[in-house]
Amino acid sequence: MTGNLKENSLHVGVLVILAALFFVVSDYHDGNLARIMVLAVYAVGYNLLFGYSGLLSLGHALFFAAGMYGLGLSMNLLGFAALPALLVGIVFSAGVSAIVGFLALRTSGVAFMIVTLMFAQAGFLTALHFGEYTRGDEGFVIQQASRMIAGIDLSAHANRYFAAFGFFALSYVAVAILVRSPFGRCLVAIRENEERARMLGYDVWMHKYLAVIASGTISGLSGAAYALLFGYAGATFASVQYSILPLLWVLLGGAGTTIGPLIGTAFAFYLIDLASEITTAHLLVVGLTIVLLTLFAPQGISGELRRRGLKWLP
Amino acid sequence: MHKTQKTTTPVTRRGALKTLGTGVGALAAVSAVPGFRFSQAHGSEPIRVGFQVHRTGIGAAYGRWYDRTTQAAAKRINDAGGINGRPLEIIAADDGTDPKRGAEVVEKLATQENCDVVFGTLFSHVVVGSAPRAGELKIPYFVVSEGHHVASGILNRYTLQPGITDVKSQVEAMAPFVVNNLGKKVTMVFPDYAFGHDHRDYFSAAVERSGGSIGALIPIPPTETSFTKYFPNIPQDTEVLYHVMVGPAVLTFVKELGEFFGSSGPQLFGFIDSLEAVDIGSSGLEFLNGSHFWEGFPRYAQADQSSHDAAYRAAVGVDANGASVSDPQDVSTYAHMFGCWETLNVIKAGMEAANYRGPNDRTALIEAVEAMNQIPLSDDHPQGSKLFNGKSHQVFGHQYISKVADGRLDLVHTTSIEDTMYPDEVDYTTQSF
Repeated sequence: MTGNLKENSLHVGVLVILAALFFVVSDYHDGNLARIMVLAVYAVGYNLLFGYSGLLSLGHALFFAAGMYGLGLSMNLLGFAALPALLVGIVFSAGVSAIVGFLALRTSGVAFMIVTLMFAQAGFLTALHFGEYTRGDEGFVIQQASRMIAGIDLSAHANRYFAAFGFFALSYVAVAILVRSPFGRCLVAIRENEERARMLGYDVWMHKYLAVIASGTISGLSGAAYALLFGYAGATFASVQYSILPLLWVLLGGAGTTIGPLIGTAFAFYLIDLASEITTAHLLVVGLTIVLLTLFAPQGISGELRRRGLKWLP
Repeated sequence: MHKTQKTTTPVTRRGALKTLGTGVGALAAVSAVPGFRFSQAHGSEPIRVGFQVHRTGIGAAYGRWYDRTTQAAAKRINDAGGINGRPLEIIAADDGTDPKRGAEVVEKLATQENCDVVFGTLFSHVVVGSAPRAGELKIPYFVVSEGHHVASGILNRYTLQPGITDVKSQVEAMAPFVVNNLGKKVTMVFPDYAFGHDHRDYFSAAVERSGGSIGALIPIPPTETSFTKYFPNIPQDTEVLYHVMVGPAVLTFVKELGEFFGSSGPQLFGFIDSLEAVDIGSSGLEFLNGSHFWEGFPRYAQADQSSHDAAYRAAVGVDANGASVSDPQDVSTYAHMFGCWETLNVIKAGMEAANYRGPNDRTALIEAVEAMNQIPLSDDHPQGSKLFNGKSHQVFGHQYISKVADGRLDLVHTTSIEDTMYPDEVDYTTQSF
């Protein structure tokens, strides 16, 4: 099999398995998988910037929350229906990432991390300050009756699962295509050696800027999808913890691999879920596991698979 | 004669990891198999109450005491014969005091643990994040949060708060006492997020209705660690300073307040939320001497302590100072945790009234609780008598005001239930199941 055929087979296979799992596993795991797929969209967006472009952001919660509030506030305050509200969430997060990217990309390295972190903190405090509209840390409910698109109730079990599947498939395939395109190859070239890419005539700043916007928009799609499918928006999702989580998921799953974000999100989810069944000190188990993985599989799970033989793994 | 040869295989790093990985994988696989869990014949099957507990995260101190209270209440119910002749089993799951994990935990308790109801959530953001999922799963969700979210109408028919009063009724009931006894010109210092905003909005309106006035509203950003720079914004003619700072910064807040005002400051009135699980005699809190606090239930056993309070303290393991009987340094969250005790007793009463047999009777359970109204003071309800409003799914009850004196809190005023009531904002009974 050629590399491309293997890659395409992998992507199709992943999606077929995810769709099939709905009919195989219990309701509890269906619910978990729906959450994992929505959050994996966030990790896919983060991976585009971190894994493929080499830019480590500590402020992606701002983009996730922008999508979440874009959808939630337009539904609750402006009376938008779910579909236009979803578009508002996506457009809003794209706008926020365009502004943040324009300013943050004046810096690089550690400074980029700090600037993105500060922007996210400002967004978090803004959400708290305008509690009259956002209900701050307490957050607000998006009522079940309004979470419908084309007559389909997205709070219903199967509908929610396949909506989550749709959001994940869209972002997964889009990023898989993007990273194979000349644009994606150039991002990897910038990640590997920015000066060389510049010397070859690529507009490095513009590539990075577009990567920030694409990454922020996909993260915003995830935030909007979470609010739509699970009926809640709150400032907790804009806090620094939610900037760290996608970094963790991508590191665990494998940065710079298309399948890594899904693996990392699922691994982290079930690690917490299972560890909390065994011990009240489940965070210790989680921490130890992360330390072990970092020591023995620093490229993440799929990165390790690629290193051990699956060289074609995209 | 055969010679037994003992061979040893060196433990390699890779081998150890493989073993660990295999173990975790096997555990995951086995626990996912349907029927893995122990099951019993239906007739003797326990009533399974899912307990959404803040074991980790910012609510951990509350969670620890909510857990102890819940276990004590469950033991008492079981010792008395259980519910409808069936034992009560508490299935606890940590939500990390996080709304995302909270919703996941509700789902886990409902669909994997097969709980009959879910109960026990305190922090408002976890309640608001979890309640939609409880409504979708059609599982009764009894919260012990004191948030106004239930009575405000933003949640759903499956969410009820029958064991603890909400912040709106607490705050509004304080205003007449503050204005009539401490001073009419009030300045409020509050955290700049939803909890503080609730106090700002409800208390300032209630003060003006009581004939007082608000001199200044001073929000403090949640990331703030030093407060002295805000104190010059307190008007000089302020007679009462109302403060509701929470979290670790409260000790710094009080210390800096003392340094700023010395012995000539305004009267202080605060909510004990600031100092739950904190020894009132802690170093740095001396400036609070003589100040007043709202308490949901007096932490220190009073001279006229009821037999119900005494029995409740003994069952949970709390001494007369509100600390653990086994560790006087381990101060309880006494003003809130009674809500778990009382809520479990409401669930018991509701299940008995509805002749609850299983998940098919969940709607009957909710209707039975909605039908409750007068809740008398008793061992089941040691905090005081209450009125449950079936339309708003919210209970109303007495509030307590205590004064700090000699390192303890002495009760000086008890509000009537009527002082705490406000017009209905929702009628959940009109919503279909």
